[in-house]
Amino acid sequence: MAVATRELTLVEAVNDCLHHELERDDSVLVMGEDVGRAGGVFRATAGLRDRFGPDRCIDTPLAEAGILGTAVGLCMAGWRPVVEMQYDAFSYPCLDQLITHVGRYHWRTKGGMEFPITIRMPYGGGVRAPELHDDSPETYYVHTPGIKVAIPSTAADAKGLLAAAIRDPDPVVIFEPKLHYRTLRGEVPEGDHVVPLGEARIVREGDDVTLVAYGSMVPLCEGAIDALDGEASVELLDIRSLKPLDEDALLAAAAKTGRVAIVQEAPRVCGFGAELAAILAEKAILDLQAPVLRVTGYDVPYPYWTIEDAYMPSVERVVDAVRRLLAF
Amino acid sequence: MAQVLPAERDLRRVIGDGESVPDGEVDGLDESDFLELYRSLVLLRTYDERSVVFHRQGRIGTYAIFWNHEAMQAGAVHALADEDWIFPSYRESAIGLLRGIPAATILQWWRGHPTGWWNPADYNVASICVPIATHVPHAAGLAWGKKLRGENACSIVFFGDGATSEGAFHEGANFAAVMGAPLILFCNNNQWAISTPLEAQTRAETLADKAVGYGMPGVRVDGADVLAVYEATREAVERARAGDGPTFIEAVTYRAAPHATADDPSAYIDAERVEQEKRNECVGRYERYLRRLGVLTDELDQQIRGEAADAMRAGIAAAEAEAPADPGLVFEHAYVQPPPELARDRAELRRVLGGNEG
Repeated sequence: MAVATRELTLVEAVNDCLHHELERDDSVLVMGEDVGRAGGVFRATAGLRDRFGPDRCIDTPLAEAGILGTAVGLCMAGWRPVVEMQYDAFSYPCLDQLITHVGRYHWRTKGGMEFPITIRMPYGGGVRAPELHDDSPETYYVHTPGIKVAIPSTAADAKGLLAAAIRDPDPVVIFEPKLHYRTLRGEVPEGDHVVPLGEARIVREGDDVTLVAYGSMVPLCEGAIDALDGEASVELLDIRSLKPLDEDALLAAAAKTGRVAIVQEAPRVCGFGAELAAILAEKAILDLQAPVLRVTGYDVPYPYWTIEDAYMPSVERVVDAVRRLLAF
Repeated sequence: MAQVLPAERDLRRVIGDGESVPDGEVDGLDESDFLELYRSLVLLRTYDERSVVFHRQGRIGTYAIFWNHEAMQAGAVHALADEDWIFPSYRESAIGLLRGIPAATILQWWRGHPTGWWNPADYNVASICVPIATHVPHAAGLAWGKKLRGENACSIVFFGDGATSEGAFHEGANFAAVMGAPLILFCNNNQWAISTPLEAQTRAETLADKAVGYGMPGVRVDGADVLAVYEATREAVERARAGDGPTFIEAVTYRAAPHATADDPSAYIDAERVEQEKRNECVGRYERYLRRLGVLTDELDQQIRGEAADAMRAGIAAAEAEAPADPGLVFEHAYVQPPPELARDRAELRRVLGGNEG
């Protein structure tokens, strides 16, 4: 039987997921800055407070470390908090709690207690916003032991990965590409929809070059493939889940073409692309026909928004990388 | 919104000095309560003194001394019900003894052995918090979460004077107040954060003054007076259970021992003041009070001290009898559902270590 779907924007899919998961499990609650009365600055939590009440969709004080820290205590009292960080770069105060406690507390209790916290936040640039509304901080999170990280690039995955995160017994961070909150629409399964963590998605099939990306870089890579207009046959792999990582899919996609470029919006040094490249160096060396290339943001503070496009990986830079791989 | 009065200035005291200062009274305590409190004080004191010796003998690692802090810990815990949660800092590492955690377990924590960690839900005692003040939001969240569930439990979080300078203290206290969480913020103000004195920590006249800014009562108590601590905490627990939200208790004492076994306070501490504190330390004060009351006899005292010494002897023996930890435990409980790479790493470690570890 075909699953019923609806066409939703990415942010509507997030909202649909939250409604479904709060309905499904009465220990799930949503908390964060402006998530209740306002329904979130991007409306991701709109309607939840009216539907589930102010104790299940909670406007918190403006305190990111306090939000995540109290979420730890809420877990100890039997809740499954879904925490919103209002913006990528506003989340940095919560890294104290994330690193010192959220990633360690299950271990500290020798497995006795679970901390099924979901942290979700809009991330990424290209939105013509003031400073510190544009960052791609996934590396800080994925580097922290005890934490899982996923980044959707479609409306359906925004719902499915968030549902997986909420139901996961471990702390999971979901980065939502805010650039595509409303520009990206897609068919989203109604009701229950879970995309398991740890499964990559082949977006395009190809034989000459493999592009590896996640989040907002996936539609960018699709644009680059279209721009190549048949010049090369390009495979595009959407990693989706950074931890756990679908290493088999990564190695298979690399082996298929032997020429790999990794595209990430975050700055280059020690970014997640470096991890992917290291895995390819360790495990795919005999399959590779060319060096693994990275197309990334630069190692500079995220720039003034009138010139931010020069910072962001672009169709031109991805096309250039594909051509360099082919020419090697 | 209820009016919040200015924080207290004077330190609440119950125990007199046997001379010019008369003993006070605490309602509702009978002889067995008095002796139970004394047992707790003696057990904590014995644990602490033996631990310093064990450290010198190389039998435990670096150890954070809590000598003369026992009255704050025992007095506060006796005001709680079993369903109430305790969030200790490292200064309260042995507070779980009062909830039935074996001495061997806590000694193993200081020995770095996996059997030193426990499931907090078994005792309603959270894990020992090593970073400063970051457990204050946890305690606030737990208390708030219990309230949201309609449960009656409250929580108490222990931290030092230095912790009040941390952002996590502020965020936790404010969250608790805003959410009306049934929380007791218990500040052990021993006036030193390692070598930094209180006057380098704050310009507030008292730490209890901070409570006013959060809209909660600020209570001041003599931290070496176990009965005053008990009574102040009991009041705060009653407020919490009545739905009146959190209370900040500043318990004032003076650190009469090094910060930890790795610390040499001679460079910064007031030696004369330390000697004065030692003469008036909290266990002796309460012992003399009980003797004045006629509740404690030499025979009973010997029995109580003997039981505590036996518990420590048994504790260190049990700890030292434990087999060395399996290196494979490095990977245990990092996740509930670990990513597949951890299994590969574990297999690699086993291969490199050879077949000798289980």
